[in-house]
Amino acid sequence: MEKFIFEYKEKSELYLKKEEGDGKVEISKDLLQKKELGLPNISEGTLVRHFTNLSRNNFGVDNGFYPLGSCTMKYNPKVNEKIAGNDKFLNSHPLMDEEYFQGNLELLYNMGEMLKSISGMAGITFQPAAGAHGEVTGIMLIRAYHNFKKDTKRNKIIVPDSSHGTNPATAAIADFEVVEIRSNKDGLVDLNALKKVLGPDTAALMLTNPNTLGLFEKEILTISKMVHDAGALLYYDGANLNPLLGRVRVADMGFDVVHFNLHKSFSTPHGGGGPGSGPVGVSKDILPFLPVPIIKKDKDLFSFNYDLKNSIGHVHSFYGNFNVIVRAYFYILELGIEGLRKVSEKAILNANYLKEKLKKYLELPYKSNCLHEFVLSGEKLKAFGLHTTDLAKRLIDYGYHPPTIYFPLIVPEAIMIEPVETETKEVLDKFARDFEKIMNEASSQPDLLKEAPHNTPVKRLDDVMAARNPVLTFDDYESSNK
Amino acid sequence: MVEVQDSLLYAPSHEWIRIEGDIGIIGITDFAQSQLGDIVYIELPETDENIFMNSAFGSIESVKTVSELIAPVNGNIIETNEELAASPELINKDPYNNGWLIKIKIEDKKQIEGLLSPGDYEDMISGGNE
Repeated sequence: MEKFIFEYKEKSELYLKKEEGDGKVEISKDLLQKKELGLPNISEGTLVRHFTNLSRNNFGVDNGFYPLGSCTMKYNPKVNEKIAGNDKFLNSHPLMDEEYFQGNLELLYNMGEMLKSISGMAGITFQPAAGAHGEVTGIMLIRAYHNFKKDTKRNKIIVPDSSHGTNPATAAIADFEVVEIRSNKDGLVDLNALKKVLGPDTAALMLTNPNTLGLFEKEILTISKMVHDAGALLYYDGANLNPLLGRVRVADMGFDVVHFNLHKSFSTPHGGGGPGSGPVGVSKDILPFLPVPIIKKDKDLFSFNYDLKNSIGHVHSFYGNFNVIVRAYFYILELGIEGLRKVSEKAILNANYLKEKLKKYLELPYKSNCLHEFVLSGEKLKAFGLHTTDLAKRLIDYGYHPPTIYFPLIVPEAIMIEPVETETKEVLDKFARDFEKIMNEASSQPDLLKEAPHNTPVKRLDDVMAARNPVLTFDDYESSNK
Repeated sequence: MVEVQDSLLYAPSHEWIRIEGDIGIIGITDFAQSQLGDIVYIELPETDENIFMNSAFGSIESVKTVSELIAPVNGNIIETNEELAASPELINKDPYNNGWLIKIKIEDKKQIEGLLSPGDYEDMISGGNE
């Protein structure tokens, strides 16, 4: 395992030490550096090795298959990196006069038009810096809409029990009360349960469609009518948009607000915390509340429009993470609507293909055809004294990023697999074969799974100890090693 | 097999309550702890706060998930298990004794009638879906 950079004590000549000075310039004592600078003491060569070795311990979509359910880990075309790295994009600054970055504004405007056409929504903001940020922006817009109508008693947000954890978290952060409803036996929204909780205190229902089991909410039009009849709004979590691209428009299902995850559906890199982009689309009724500025087109001239008196204000500096939007813009331009339709088609086909292959080995609790992902239950592994987590760890040894496990909560020992459209049949077949091998190991040599991973720089991590006694700083790490 | 104790009453959300006169001691069941896996953090209310039947009174975090703790009856908290802050694993090791969560003064003893008997709770968890 690669050391921490501060653990190198090479006494490099480059090291910046505390210096006493030569006495020629008088500096007041209280201004002098008192301690060493605390910088890594490392030569340039070792420094390069350090970071190169660290990067070799990383795993990404460019290393191997990454079927992480609900995350849409698709290939990010390299050409979009190249375009986003163009000097003209990199060196523009939002504090320049608008006339000097007309091209950037035009790109944002056109991207807005494309997202509007994909979703059917009436307006877009690009400010939110990630999906969860988009969610909270969307829910703030919903509050602004109700408040504007003097309908201020709506303090509850409904989420299904299969929802993404960010949905209830968003509602709570935005100071709403979260009401959870159960799924029915088919894994879909239970209309009776929904009816019971909808009322004059409901602000919105937050939904993903397809839902977290990868199933399409067939009653979506009934759901949206029920929600709107109660005076509430319908929020679309764009996490699962990939299988709908070019086929179903979010607005046509009755949604009022939607966030897009550009890093999922539109192939921008998934960041380790950023920068990301989670644009929000809204229906006509919610346009007046969008964050400012929005982009205005006047003949061939583009400008920022700050003149929205009911706007919720800024949710990010300037106009969001522009360079991420550039990548998504060119992804959509390259594919066109026909290409996007192929994306959704193949995402669905790949998921169903792999589902049929894998359901031989683990139980498939919800049997209908899925869209972009499916969820198996690892209950069967218990017979060998194993859990889903052991299977997931063993997949690492075979060169895969493990799928999402223990989510959604409504499936015991869940394992959630989303193969995405950019994987070939050969990759899926190989994965299914390796999955079968691991299932054979589970019955013949369960310890192989229990002690996995074996081929990684560190062995099985003690996640219980990490959660109970977190070591969060280098100082903590040093003192815990003493 | 998971243990269901005869001397307790149960809620469908997998809490148990031990009734001692007006006092109720509340914890989560052996089934609940086995489903959650290793518990790493627990958030409990303060003494003297009120809890309300079917509403959350705290949360419990395991390496797999975070769940709400649901009150089986209304009551006023007279004591919480302070050992859990440093040793949440007590809930895994001994859910019915040292892993207890809160002690309350029961507000309305009638509410107890709606709870599950040990037999009913056992049927519910062996049904598989809860």
